[in-house]
Amino acid sequence: MNAPTTNRVIVDPITRIEGHLRIEAETDANGMITRASSAGTMVRGIELILRGRDPRDAWAFTQRICGVCTLVHGIASVRAVEDALKYDIPANAQLIRNLMIGAQFVHDHVMHFYHLHALDWVDVVSALKADPKATSALAQSISGYAKSSPGYFSDVQKKLKGFVEGGQLGIFANGYWGNPGYKLPPEANLMAVAHYFDALTWQRNVAQLHAIFGGKNPHPNFLVGGVPCAISIHPEGQGASSGTTSLNVEGLQKVQDIIHQMRDFVDQVYVPDTLAIASFYKDWFKLGEGTGNFMTYGDFPEKGMSDPSSFLIPSGVILNRDLSVIHPVDLNAEDQIQEYVAHSWYDYSVGKNKGLHPYVGETNLDYTGPKPPYAQLDVDQSYSWIKSPRWKGHAVEVGPLARVLMLYAKGHAQTKELVGMTLKKLDLPVTALYSTLGRTAARTLESKIIADSMQGWYDNLIANIKSGDVRTFNEKLWEPSSWPSTAKGVGYTEAPRGALAHWIIIKDGKIDNYQAVVPSTWNAGPRDAQGQEGPYEAALKGTQLHDPKQPLEILRTIHSFDPCIACAVHVTDPEGEELIKVKIR
Amino acid sequence: MNEPDTLGAGLAHSGVSRRSFLKFCTVMASLMALPPGAAQAMAAALSQAKRQSVIWLSFQECTGCVESLTRSFDPTLEQMIFEMISLDYQETLQAAAGEAAESARDEAMKSSYGKYLLIVDGSIPTKDGGVYSTVAGVSNHDRLIDAARGAAAIVAVGTCSSYGGIPHANPNPTGAVSVSDIIKDKPIMNVPGCPPIPSVIAGTLAYFVTYGKLPELDHIGRPKVFYADTIHDRCYRRPFYDQGKFAKTFDDEGARNGWCLYELGCKGPTTYNACATIKWNGGVSYPIESGHGCLGCSEPNFWDKGSFYRPLSTPLADNAHIIAAGTLGGIAAGAVAAGLSRKHQTHIGEEK
Repeated sequence: MNAPTTNRVIVDPITRIEGHLRIEAETDANGMITRASSAGTMVRGIELILRGRDPRDAWAFTQRICGVCTLVHGIASVRAVEDALKYDIPANAQLIRNLMIGAQFVHDHVMHFYHLHALDWVDVVSALKADPKATSALAQSISGYAKSSPGYFSDVQKKLKGFVEGGQLGIFANGYWGNPGYKLPPEANLMAVAHYFDALTWQRNVAQLHAIFGGKNPHPNFLVGGVPCAISIHPEGQGASSGTTSLNVEGLQKVQDIIHQMRDFVDQVYVPDTLAIASFYKDWFKLGEGTGNFMTYGDFPEKGMSDPSSFLIPSGVILNRDLSVIHPVDLNAEDQIQEYVAHSWYDYSVGKNKGLHPYVGETNLDYTGPKPPYAQLDVDQSYSWIKSPRWKGHAVEVGPLARVLMLYAKGHAQTKELVGMTLKKLDLPVTALYSTLGRTAARTLESKIIADSMQGWYDNLIANIKSGDVRTFNEKLWEPSSWPSTAKGVGYTEAPRGALAHWIIIKDGKIDNYQAVVPSTWNAGPRDAQGQEGPYEAALKGTQLHDPKQPLEILRTIHSFDPCIACAVHVTDPEGEELIKVKIR
Repeated sequence: MNEPDTLGAGLAHSGVSRRSFLKFCTVMASLMALPPGAAQAMAAALSQAKRQSVIWLSFQECTGCVESLTRSFDPTLEQMIFEMISLDYQETLQAAAGEAAESARDEAMKSSYGKYLLIVDGSIPTKDGGVYSTVAGVSNHDRLIDAARGAAAIVAVGTCSSYGGIPHANPNPTGAVSVSDIIKDKPIMNVPGCPPIPSVIAGTLAYFVTYGKLPELDHIGRPKVFYADTIHDRCYRRPFYDQGKFAKTFDDEGARNGWCLYELGCKGPTTYNACATIKWNGGVSYPIESGHGCLGCSEPNFWDKGSFYRPLSTPLADNAHIIAAGTLGGIAAGAVAAGLSRKHQTHIGEEK
């Protein structure tokens, strides 16, 4: 191992994320990051495991890529099979999928903000010094949320005090409490801590939407050709002496209640808290931009996946912050999306510096890193299990900021209004969006857009049922004997963390090749053959660390992307040659 | 109930509602079919001044098991980490990162040596020196060995840490194994499921905190109280099976009327878990109630047992579970299997 030529700050594990991520940041003498390297340190090989299996089973396997964004791989997978087979699904199934994806967004974003990201901005210990009366006044000044009395905040504070005085700090032990980077007054800290707990209760309740449609959450069930849950409502009154599914009158009413709960929490807690907290950290609207390139695949069809013009979220690429030109994305074009492995622990038969489209992609595990236990990675060589996907050679960011920018650029009225309101309240220019907190705020704003849209999908579902349409599944192509001998397709979705697609090749009713390129691969990937950084790496460059022992600044920017690292790492080998090489250095 | 004053004082001090706390203990005691007085014993144990130290290590996992725990209603995650245990290391929830998180873990392992409960989610890759998963530069294998040394007991949460799970599915590219494949000298409880039902995770933790030991386990390390019955035995659609009423597709009259999903590939007859009784997400549903057959996700090697949509066929002789369940389901099986099946059932019958 070479001796380090600069100071290196290593953060491993990055906590409060999904999966195993390591950041190695090189700094100058003043603690400013000059180069950052993002390394995914876990691989399972799920796509290798998929080969030879029934394509209708693939959703269940791919869903286990991630239990946080728990349904997105299931959705992408059933869509990939349906695209390959030209398999239409009923309108109700489309609406139910929209509701499930929408619920995933809102649930996931709120949990990210309060349970994964908040402690980067909120000093839990400082909340002990808050005056509950002043906290109540603060809460009531920003929102009409009912839980805002002095007694409520006093109870939360008492509970927190008992916990801290007990001396067993558990998950809060060794936190960076008291770091000068924390800027909130004690009252804002107490309010945020109270909402950390409220959000835990809320998320438990709203996750029930997935359980009604999919039987459980995490990992609700999906189905190629529709959705699994038949609707137990009989417009003509038959079936009286029989049983029922969870999707009966009571279940549908529960879904409506949950949509109300989601919208209320977003409007009354999540949006006002984001604005209130952000107002104390306005310098973070200038830091952590990333690459300045953004991509979406689009999602939430009103008229099926075959009509992208009906999508709530449009697809496209924005380059160099230029919102006036939206480049079209073609997931089937071999010269658009390519994955590189120049700095990843894989090898390509065409050479390590070439890019490959997912349909012809190959993945041979080729570990060349240090033998564990190791202190430092050689970041001039390969240093991650994550590949580097590129769109026409560009490193692009995916996720909430990309979607909000796309909606904004396309003139989506609600987005323009919400972005305008946010910038006005915080007195910031539109360029403030290209930043750590811009990303975080975009996540909040799109939660509102999607939660509001859920009501429309629900109303349409109810209208269909009332008109006598209770179809949820298309039986036509269910049997593999009805399929062509070979077929290939791509299924895509907007996952909470960004554009996600699965590519499948089906041969004689079995999976011949399967490939997933996921949001955190786009965002967390290492440098490519040209030395272009991935978005995490680009966003960290130039960040000033106050104290390398307390890498709060690194966590803020990395968390603003909401990493999902189990997702980011994947393995394929379409040639059927399972090459696993290991060279321990 | 007549609790000692100290409990009341302790609860008041930490701002906990006494009623919600006792409700939790009562629910847990009844869920686990514990003897009379267990709720009070649990309440007393849980209100001790020092909470049970728990160290949670994540290996080849998807975080679904941790997410599942956050969906627990009785008790809630907040109740667990503030009142029941001290969650001294958990990467998904931990405030500190990197060195600060690692030193919190080291400190907890040192100060509670021999006493802490180790929870593991995710399988452990063993191929090629464990290079396929590292945390803080250390292989999962070495991290497990290191943390197991001072553990009083180990709970493998989820099918991956219990039996290898999806990374272990054919062709197992990284040589993934379970906790019990590596650790041989500690009490280990498997809490399988992909993910497990949150009350099952919470219930087994509460039992350990109360009694200082793991509950009674079956032959593959599962707590008997939650994994003694098949899903099929307790399924609300079971009467339709007995009447021969089956959904033939996912959207026919049978499907809409909640008929049995056996012909659509349901693995309920061969799956031992509590989904049909405890249900999911506060009891609103479970997979079969929402129209999809059981995947069998708490069984060892369930990923490699053929398509999820292929109906169960004549039971295989190499699996006593399948024989027993097949008998219960009225599928072909011999007298020996029937005997096995009844034996398996006895203690559930006694509880009722």
